[in-house]
Amino acid sequence: MLKKIVITLIVIIGYLLQTTFFKAITLAGIVPNILLIITSAFGFMRGKNEGMFIGFFSGLLIDVFFGKIIGFYALVYMFIGFVNGFFRRIFYPEDIKLPMILIGLSDLLYCFLCYIFLFLLRGKLHLSYYFVHIMLPEVVYTVLVTFIIYRIILFIDEWLKSFESR
Amino acid sequence: MRKRHGRNSFSVPSKYIFLILTILCVSMMILSFTTDLINGPLETVAGYTIVPFQKGIGAAGAWLTGRSDDLKKIKELTRENAELKERIDELTIRVNDLQRDKYELAELRSLFQLNEQYSDYNKIGARVIGKETGNWFSSFVIDKGSKDGIKPDMNVMSGSGLVGIVTSVGPNWANVRSIIDDSSNLSGMVMSTSDTLIVTGDLELMDEGYIRFSDLIDEGDMVVKGDQVVTSSISNKYLPGISVGFISEIEKDSNNLTKSGYITPAVDFKRLNTVLVVTDLKENPN
Repeated sequence: MLKKIVITLIVIIGYLLQTTFFKAITLAGIVPNILLIITSAFGFMRGKNEGMFIGFFSGLLIDVFFGKIIGFYALVYMFIGFVNGFFRRIFYPEDIKLPMILIGLSDLLYCFLCYIFLFLLRGKLHLSYYFVHIMLPEVVYTVLVTFIIYRIILFIDEWLKSFESR
Repeated sequence: MRKRHGRNSFSVPSKYIFLILTILCVSMMILSFTTDLINGPLETVAGYTIVPFQKGIGAAGAWLTGRSDDLKKIKELTRENAELKERIDELTIRVNDLQRDKYELAELRSLFQLNEQYSDYNKIGARVIGKETGNWFSSFVIDKGSKDGIKPDMNVMSGSGLVGIVTSVGPNWANVRSIIDDSSNLSGMVMSTSDTLIVTGDLELMDEGYIRFSDLIDEGDMVVKGDQVVTSSISNKYLPGISVGFISEIEKDSNNLTKSGYITPAVDFKRLNTVLVVTDLKENPN
């Protein structure tokens, strides 16, 4: 129960940070994807199921406020949480390289899914522009922010685990 | 520990959960695309759980930026004040001229029995409390909703320029899609010549602060750089006569019939903290 409350709070705080704080300190108009870091991190720390549910609710939150139709971002984030769950077996908390690579790749995947479904299908074919100006900066910025956010999430996760094993 | 183990051995494999959630998402997409069944409840729930926090953060942020701006701007403002005083003198002369024209116009209008076309719209102010999470689109959430009388398709302004249009409404929040958003399209009109054109938001131009226009038929080459573009009276969602921006680049299309180019918006979308929602809706015959 405690775990559910804490994770819900993390998702809500992540969403609030992304829509307010990080929007105010954008680098070249680009925002890091905090909700993706949370989804992806819980995916490889806790497994597919948790990754999926956290992704689903993070995406739903975006859908309600900003989605053109409800369900699209929920599906994308859930998929990313699921895929990250496969890497639980090779995950060690001390190692920061794997989380950074995984989160970077997840963000790239997210960007491509967004491009394909929200832009390519509307006939916007200029992929090279979007890749250089939107996707690449977002991935780089997200990976940089991972340094800080991942440590916080890891700390909370270990604190939760210490509660569970009591 | 044993209890946890026991529960896990009965749990559903994740591939089935994945399948169930996928079906759920897809059915939600279909439902929200075709009907309004799930949007309403979700928007209400989100309105009461998330929006209060956003309002708090927004207010705190506005206070902080307000303080830092105060310190920074005193010097700037004194200089600006001197410049503006000169402008006032210039403008007073122009206002007098225009005033004279206005009387004449009113007189002529009454002669022709025409109504005043661009009467003042009713507006309510709102604060921006959250912006689009991703980098692909440009929409934002404001702190007024259906309880304050806001409905979808209401126009949103800032200062004298058009900002966008309300797309979805919760009880205490509303989502506004700005005109620089990649999926935004509106029918505009060049003020000087009354030629209509289509204004389209474009992600590729968002950084440079432009929006695209196209389909301008201007056979006499009357439209020039710097002309003001306003919303046209044939648009079915935008009220007529709201300033969109100024033409900054114009060129002939390869078909030799229409012209297209860039518009510099009248609103600074990077520093958008408060907006005005026009509560008059465009009346449609159907």
